Amino acid sequence: MTAAVAPTRFRRRSLAEYTGLVLVLALVVSSLAATAPSLDKIGRGVARLFAPSGLVMQMFPPDFSRIVPIGWKLLETLQMAVAGCALGLVFALPFAILATDRLSPHPLIRTAARALIALFRTVPDLVWAIVFIIVVGLGPAAGVLAIMVDKIGFAGRFFAEAMEETDPGPQDALRAIGASRLGLIVSAVIPASLPSFTATSLFALEKSVRGSAALGLVGAGGIGVDLKVAFDLFNYDEALAIILMMLALVIAVEQGSGWIRRKLI
Amino acid sequence: MNAPAHPAQVLAGSVAAGPVLAVDGLSRAFSGSKVLDGLSFVVPAGQATALIGANGSGKSTLLKCLIRLGGEPDAGRIQMLGCDVRALPPRDLRRFRARVGMVWQRHNLVPRLSALSNVTHGVQARLSGPRSWFQALAPAEVRAEAMACLDRVGLADRAMARVDGLSGGQQQRVAIARMLMQRPEFILADEPDASLDPQTGQEVMALLLGLVRQDGLSLLVISHRLEHTLAFSDRILGLAQGRIALDLPTAQANEPGLRRFFDHGVAA
Repeated sequence: MTAAVAPTRFRRRSLAEYTGLVLVLALVVSSLAATAPSLDKIGRGVARLFAPSGLVMQMFPPDFSRIVPIGWKLLETLQMAVAGCALGLVFALPFAILATDRLSPHPLIRTAARALIALFRTVPDLVWAIVFIIVVGLGPAAGVLAIMVDKIGFAGRFFAEAMEETDPGPQDALRAIGASRLGLIVSAVIPASLPSFTATSLFALEKSVRGSAALGLVGAGGIGVDLKVAFDLFNYDEALAIILMMLALVIAVEQGSGWIRRKLI
Repeated sequence: MNAPAHPAQVLAGSVAAGPVLAVDGLSRAFSGSKVLDGLSFVVPAGQATALIGANGSGKSTLLKCLIRLGGEPDAGRIQMLGCDVRALPPRDLRRFRARVGMVWQRHNLVPRLSALSNVTHGVQARLSGPRSWFQALAPAEVRAEAMACLDRVGLADRAMARVDGLSGGQQQRVAIARMLMQRPEFILADEPDASLDPQTGQEVMALLLGLVRQDGLSLLVISHRLEHTLAFSDRILGLAQGRIALDLPTAQANEPGLRRFFDHGVAA
């Protein structure tokens, strides 16, 4: 019996693969060189941060004297997130159905739905907030609309992917029975996609809560407004109190959605 | 055994006069390769006809072609239940499909839903809207009919069980109950015994033959099990190289010859 010879440790790469690797490395290095701060600059910044009159020293201890009004603003932030997310998820479903290969009534409609979902997803929610402030004015309404559009883009894509991945067998069976397109979607596609829909919806809610806290920075309601004012007035101890309360809210929502995910999926 | 009367029971006498299905010169190709090559055959009404052939001989493609599922045939004529199937416009095709019950190899039930909801889906051809989507929304008479169909396949006591928690044999029975809910006149069955153990497979085949014998329905069934083909059919059609290579009454079939056909697609 002849001894089996082990293959070489690494596969031979082609010239094209090496060229691609070098180009990626060049892109990373040039980007770092153009934009990343120098070590010296980071060192000086950290020293300033922890100096006796620096930001960290001014933040501690956090000032919770305005905990009640901040608490109400936090509630408004949560309400913005829930309302925007709920509206976004409701509108995401029809967009997602129209964007799937199997369920869309026409290729042109599918292309249009995919383009809209991509647009909603690509433009950051802060930009949507600025757009809606122009439309409906300052306040939480603009924030709700911004979150809604952002969630149509986020959930629309994942809903469509979940529906594309469902087993086509039950859909064929219902088609063979003579079911309508709507009957097929509601009876076969949506029940099979529910676990994925639930997971996506909970992630969307977590994302909405995190996002809604920042929307106030541009005037779209919620706790972000108070955070901006605290920083503008150099009330860093109050800013820290707001950040800690936001952190508590985000952790609570993440823990809650994680618990629901474990129970439902 | 409280299933409602099928239209076929009423029509059995009149349908029996002619074939339930007549196929003439049917062709279907995929990427230039001909799977069905101008095949012609007839399925008599009120009988169980077995369709046999080696793997890849085009049996499943043929069944889907008959109800225009998964693409249109390239050529040929399909006359089924008095309809020129290829000439049907989309709306009429939906109504026509409701008259043909299809039993699938992989059951094709909606997982996560109850057996009763899956059976209720069978009513979708004649009842549209939310009332046919789930058992909870269905009218009382639809729920009663669905329960009767489940009772007929011996699963009335598992009506609210999720189908993905049922055994393979039970899932196939739910699929047959869903097909019964359609009130079909003609049944197409694509290897309904394939994924089942021998005993359960035999029970499912006996159930399908019972619909032919007791309700006067017509059946075209694909089976890869020789013993089932011999025991549960009145006539055998053999498909090879995209054409009908065998057509004889089951009583005249000899087992070694059929075995050769199953294995190699060569007629005895």
